Amino acid sequence: MSLIVEHQFDDYEQQQQATTLGMWGFLATEVLFFGGMFLGYTVYRLLYHAPFGEASRHLDVVLGAVNTGVLLCSSLTMALGVHEAQEGNRRMVMLFLAITAALGMIFLGIKFFEYYQKFEEHLIPGPHFMWNGADARHASLFFIFYFVMTGMHALHMVIGIGLMAILVFLTWRGKFSSVYFAPIELGGLYWHFVDIVWVFLFPLLYLVERSR
Amino acid sequence: MTETIVPKKIYFRVWGTLLILLAVTVGVAYIHLGWFNPAAAVGIAGIKALIIILYFMHVRYSPKVLWVFVSAGFVWLGMLFLWTLGDYLTRSYLPPPTIWPQ
Amino acid sequence: MSTQLAIFTREHYLNVSYGWKSWLFTRDHKRIALLFLMTITFFFFLGGAFATMVRLELMTPQGDLFQAQTYNKLFSMHGIVMIFLFLIPSIPAVLGNFLVPIMIGARDLAFPRLNLLSWYLLVIGGVFTLWAIVAGGVDTGWTFYTPYSSLFSNTNVVLAVIGIFISGFSSILTGLNFIVTIHQMRAPGMTWFRLPLFIWSHYATAIIQVLGTPVVAITLLLVAVERVWRVGIFDPALGGDPILFQHLFWFYSHPAVYIMILPGMGVVSELITTHSHKQIFGYTFVAFSSLAIAIIGFAVWGHHMFVAGQSQYASLMFSILSFLVAIPSAIKVFNWTATLYKGSISYSAPMLYALGFIGLFTIGGLTGLFLATTAVDLHVTDTYFVVAHFHYIMVGGMVMAYLGGIHHWWPKISGKMYPEGWARLAALIVFIGFNLTFFPQFVLGYLGMPRRYYAYADEFQVLNVMSTAGASILAVGYVLPMVYLIWSLRYGESASANPWGATGLEWQIPSPPPTENFEETPIVEEPAYNYESYSRASV
Repeated sequence: MSLIVEHQFDDYEQQQQATTLGMWGFLATEVLFFGGMFLGYTVYRLLYHAPFGEASRHLDVVLGAVNTGVLLCSSLTMALGVHEAQEGNRRMVMLFLAITAALGMIFLGIKFFEYYQKFEEHLIPGPHFMWNGADARHASLFFIFYFVMTGMHALHMVIGIGLMAILVFLTWRGKFSSVYFAPIELGGLYWHFVDIVWVFLFPLLYLVERSR
Repeated sequence: MTETIVPKKIYFRVWGTLLILLAVTVGVAYIHLGWFNPAAAVGIAGIKALIIILYFMHVRYSPKVLWVFVSAGFVWLGMLFLWTLGDYLTRSYLPPPTIWPQ
Repeated sequence: MSTQLAIFTREHYLNVSYGWKSWLFTRDHKRIALLFLMTITFFFFLGGAFATMVRLELMTPQGDLFQAQTYNKLFSMHGIVMIFLFLIPSIPAVLGNFLVPIMIGARDLAFPRLNLLSWYLLVIGGVFTLWAIVAGGVDTGWTFYTPYSSLFSNTNVVLAVIGIFISGFSSILTGLNFIVTIHQMRAPGMTWFRLPLFIWSHYATAIIQVLGTPVVAITLLLVAVERVWRVGIFDPALGGDPILFQHLFWFYSHPAVYIMILPGMGVVSELITTHSHKQIFGYTFVAFSSLAIAIIGFAVWGHHMFVAGQSQYASLMFSILSFLVAIPSAIKVFNWTATLYKGSISYSAPMLYALGFIGLFTIGGLTGLFLATTAVDLHVTDTYFVVAHFHYIMVGGMVMAYLGGIHHWWPKISGKMYPEGWARLAALIVFIGFNLTFFPQFVLGYLGMPRRYYAYADEFQVLNVMSTAGASILAVGYVLPMVYLIWSLRYGESASANPWGATGLEWQIPSPPPTENFEETPIVEEPAYNYESYSRASV
């Protein structure tokens, strides 16, 4: 329950502001990290619009949309969890963080089911890739980006779920109060960011040329 | 960080808006609008990201210096996109130089 | 003798605790700076060893010392080690870590544990790179152009890429730490425009580290994915575009060269003002020029791709912007020169390095304009002209600034004075050796000698021999400081708090400083560089 102010800071408020700025600085690096992949995808989609459109239609819009909904709900529960932390309600914090993590796991479950589907359909790039339409090379390129981008996102989700587990544990141990809950807030920032990445991934990967 | 405690009903309103926007994204994708389709998709995603950042991530209630940190990543990503696409989209504008006749 | 006793009895950051755990688990930014110092010095000499082998081969026109692929590995490893494991950390991780908190009046950086993690990441990244070297090296050049690096090269690309990826995060964490620290932890009265210019330049560098490095991280990761899973991201045979790799790679790697000069410029601002005992000319211009370089520097990367196949409109834009980015650098050179004018100049070793920097950086920068001109670049790209250009900036500029800074702050860091005579001699040897090594390379490039080739036309031999001879002199100039600085730790004269009579908070605390830096948080009431000209204040 005690307020820890590290020796380099003058007071708790300075420490708070510094850690929040630091977290956003880190999120800025993540924007550029994912951004590089988004740029590559954009360039190739511009160059090879038709095969990318056809490849995109092999993705399951329903599962993708459901997954997006799941993550948006998890962002709500995350925000509510931070809210409860501000009010000092330990049990509610644990509940909301646990639901957030559970929704994240549902997301990953659906994702890996989709990956398995792609494996069954022989759409994993490499020696076993089979494509019925024209321009197999460029269709394969679409799937490379699909797997790398969603895979990198999934890796970040796994880390996020791990963070939630740690935060639930620390909350249970009584480390936080309505005065000190900074790690929960920072964890929330990370979670929302990973959600935002998916918010862009879904339409760009799943909804390329659905109006045919 | 935030001294202001955001009321829960704002969170629910944002969540509702996000789900509606998700439905719109999927719906619009099935209507043939040419080049507007990807623009709408990215645009709606941008709005979703904006309200998540402003409300769920509390940026609306944070000091201005934080707004600079938040926008910096996106501005820099914009620079990466702008100049790279500037290359690809202008490749066809100038024809290659003609070979001088003998 | 009594001052020696005073050091032994007074507690400071070096003697407050002993043992390897007190160093490997330290959170003190000053100790972490020294950890970085030792690591990057090791990598400097490793990179230098590769350079030595390159220059030995180039003494004769035929490829006779090494096989072609071995030579390719040597220049590649030279570049990778020098850039990622020496230059990028160098001044920020050593001098920046040590001085940024003290210069702003803080007790430490905002995130001391992240700072230590940053060092560990550099070491781990270095270990992976060493593993790649020992396993046979890479021959792709430090630029890893695809599809050679992603498909055809038989060397340890993935290992090297992992090493660079990890050390990249070291750089990102340092940058994050500096930005937050400078924003949040300035002492009362230390407004933005009272900050030393060293801080402005490190802030600008940190922006580049944070926003640029992630892009090269993901790019190299994609190359690794391509190699490991044999899929084509940048492979033309599968519809991939090698130019996309270049765009992504240079989006970081061009700003990276500003990481490798801005801190040096910050050091030079400190050296020039202190050793001419004069207020900087045009403080605001110099401060904003650092930011301008950092921001505009992100918009010029295509000047590495004029002959790669990018659109002519893009080349045009990149060329114009590359001219623009030279302006803030020029402003700094003008302002340093104006600072020197009517200053009370002392030709101490740090000043010699700073003066050398100004001259050599100017040459390097002007030749950059040659290269920014597409019509000229068509002829000199991938020749020794480019090699000379960037070595003038990175070695003639940054390394000289680094050495100047190490000497200038040596009394503060170690509590000892270095031997001035030897230091001046070393500075002179470095200057002469440097010019003899690299000036002939401008001529060679202009005459058409391509880079990255182990054999060359016979008529280029004289200039190549001059260059190798210069390199051997340069090596002496670099080894000397190692010797006498270590010597000074034991036998050097004890340093007072302010041996140079300089302004700046770091000179108000003892040499070496106590762990907490300041007994009481200082309150700043004066502008930076508040020297009275025409007189040397007593120490």
